[in-house]
Amino acid sequence: MGLFILRRAGVMILTALCLTFIVFFLTNLYPNLEKLAKTQGNFRMSDEAVASWLDRNGYGGPMLLRYGEWLGAAPGWTRETEDGITGRCLDGAVSAETAATAPRFCGILQGDWGRSTVFKEDVSTIIGTRLGLTGKLMFWVLVLMVPSALIVGVLAGMREGSWLDRGLSTFSIVTTATPEYVSGVIFIAVFTSSTVGLKWFKGTATSAMKDASFENFFLPVLTIALYGMGYIARMTRASMTEVMTAQYIRTARLKGVAFHNIVLKHALRNALIAPFTVIMLQFPWLLNGVVIVETLFNYKGFGWTLVQAAGNNDIELLLAVSVVSVVVVLVTQLISDIGYVYLNPRIRIS
Amino acid sequence: MEPLNTFEILIRVLYQFTPVWIALALVFAFSVVFKRRMGLYGKLFDSPIGMIGFALVMFWVFTGIFAQMDLIVTHDPLAQISGMKNKVPGTPLRGAGPEDYGWYLLGGDNLARDVFSRMVKGAWEVIKIAPVATLFAFMVGITLGLPAGYYGGKLDTLLSFLANLILAFPVILLFYLLVTPEIVNTGVPNYMAAVLFIFPIIFLAVLLNSRYHTRPRLRLPLLVGVLGLAFWIYLSLISENGLLIDTPSTRIPGLPKTLDLFDIPGGILVVFVSVVFVNSPTVFRIVRGLAMDIKTRDYVAAAQTRGEGPWYIMLWEILPNARGPLIVDFCLRIGYTTILLGTLGFFGLGLPPESPDWGSTINEGRKLLSIYLHPALAPALSLLSLVLGLNLLADGLREESLKD
Repeated sequence: MGLFILRRAGVMILTALCLTFIVFFLTNLYPNLEKLAKTQGNFRMSDEAVASWLDRNGYGGPMLLRYGEWLGAAPGWTRETEDGITGRCLDGAVSAETAATAPRFCGILQGDWGRSTVFKEDVSTIIGTRLGLTGKLMFWVLVLMVPSALIVGVLAGMREGSWLDRGLSTFSIVTTATPEYVSGVIFIAVFTSSTVGLKWFKGTATSAMKDASFENFFLPVLTIALYGMGYIARMTRASMTEVMTAQYIRTARLKGVAFHNIVLKHALRNALIAPFTVIMLQFPWLLNGVVIVETLFNYKGFGWTLVQAAGNNDIELLLAVSVVSVVVVLVTQLISDIGYVYLNPRIRIS
Repeated sequence: MEPLNTFEILIRVLYQFTPVWIALALVFAFSVVFKRRMGLYGKLFDSPIGMIGFALVMFWVFTGIFAQMDLIVTHDPLAQISGMKNKVPGTPLRGAGPEDYGWYLLGGDNLARDVFSRMVKGAWEVIKIAPVATLFAFMVGITLGLPAGYYGGKLDTLLSFLANLILAFPVILLFYLLVTPEIVNTGVPNYMAAVLFIFPIIFLAVLLNSRYHTRPRLRLPLLVGVLGLAFWIYLSLISENGLLIDTPSTRIPGLPKTLDLFDIPGGILVVFVSVVFVNSPTVFRIVRGLAMDIKTRDYVAAAQTRGEGPWYIMLWEILPNARGPLIVDFCLRIGYTTILLGTLGFFGLGLPPESPDWGSTINEGRKLLSIYLHPALAPALSLLSLVLGLNLLADGLREESLKD
């Protein structure tokens, strides 16, 4: 088991390195850098001026070297100018003595995530606050989604082919067919609009960033939860119907155990193994949902930051956002693998 | 003219769809009569769920096709008519001439365009991209997934690693990285198109060669003909104005303009490539799993004993026996591709801003959503019904294919 986790962790780190390099490569392609130079300098720069600006600000070297600098595996760049020495690890132009005492490596491994050009703030503080906000959203999504999906799935799979099953299965198919930007729009139209008259909730969740209430936070949570719910419910149903046809359930029924006892005490535990993996693997999808819903409801969390960073060519911030999301996805995959082995005694990794 | 009431709007909308109803009725009558002779497709008409799904899907397919022939639309989807901004459904057209349709059936959007016509035209945007993109993703997934599952070993490890790499990327981030104008300028999507679109050709070549390599007299003309045609289409697909890649720094000559069969507008190509790219790893995983399962069967062992080549076994023994799950997944995946296209439109990526596709229309409509519902609601419900239809169709197919 230890070796298994170790090997998985190794593959995970390799994957993270590859993915961050791809993102680094795509965000640091020349047209992006040119745009950055023009927005930071001025828009009428000539091509030579752009090239010299890029060189002065450390965007000149080969791609792999710059990736190493950003990662913190290669020493940060330094340039000598007439005001003193500037560099990746230095704050503005400084004298030679100060430059000598500054750390040589400063990348994300050293905790230096760079500075956002749009928000004029350190990337790490932005990511911290935004992740906190999205964490709050995700927490309530999971609180709503997981129990209701499991209940729907178990109820539907308990008696295969019954009316309850048909109804609940149709419900889960409808929810998987409704992407967030459709359900969100429908919810806003029905529950918040002044034309229909049902003003139960608020159409934006901006105020929920400070103090979330049922009124301003329920719709975004429901919108994300609904799309993920159908899939988990269908998986739970499939696994429940399989368990309900197993021999030991039939034995229990023949012994005369009450139906609710069979479901709760005999079937449930075995039926919940498969959905667990599915729930963990839903995280990448939830991340998409978060981006859409935060844009739709104007909730300034992590997804909203992604859209701002990507839309405004904020390279350092976009890189940080992708690192965080890639790590989240990979860690959930690892947890789902380990959890599956742990929950299912029939699988043993030696 | 008077504004229409709800009932009149409904009647008129239904009437506008007349060609679709006729086509649907014909397809259904024909299929129900001959359903016993048409294999899995015919069996679909035994399951009510499958029939509902099929009807929904075909409704939008016919709508898309007829809209392209200018049959259903009432106004030009791009025309802005003054005084119709954000008008409610059923508003009569101000200053309508005798040849104009007299009303905005589902109202006007914030640029005074007809919501109904845009919704109908939007169907074509989906119909022309989603099935073909899914098909390409399947070609890529099958061509790589079969050997990975069949041979296993290092090849499998490498390909699975690459697939997992793409799968670990949040889709929206990938779209933002691929579809922004700066990246398009560097030609990255064009390179990706050149790589991804070659897979169908490889697939066809291997498919035909493995089957007919024992009959060289038939094989040679067949391969030359089919591959020549495929290669021509491939080159016309990826080259524009006689150039494969056209960026300030690099220019790679492609097919001369005179031989170019058709041009794909740049935006559509980028969208197409990114959707294929996102979908193919999942298809790869499914095909790989199926191949690993099926390669242990007796008929594969029999083929191996007969001395058939590995590609023959993969494409003519394993693939036909994996068709059930693949067809079901194909339907589901078209739905997922539709959702992805909507997502791209929703974030204003790739497609031109005035494009009538549903995602862009929802994105525009949502800005004034709390006051004017109709511009966003019509495309949202359309997208919902199409994806729902595809999911129901997949469910029906799964049920019917499990019966044998």
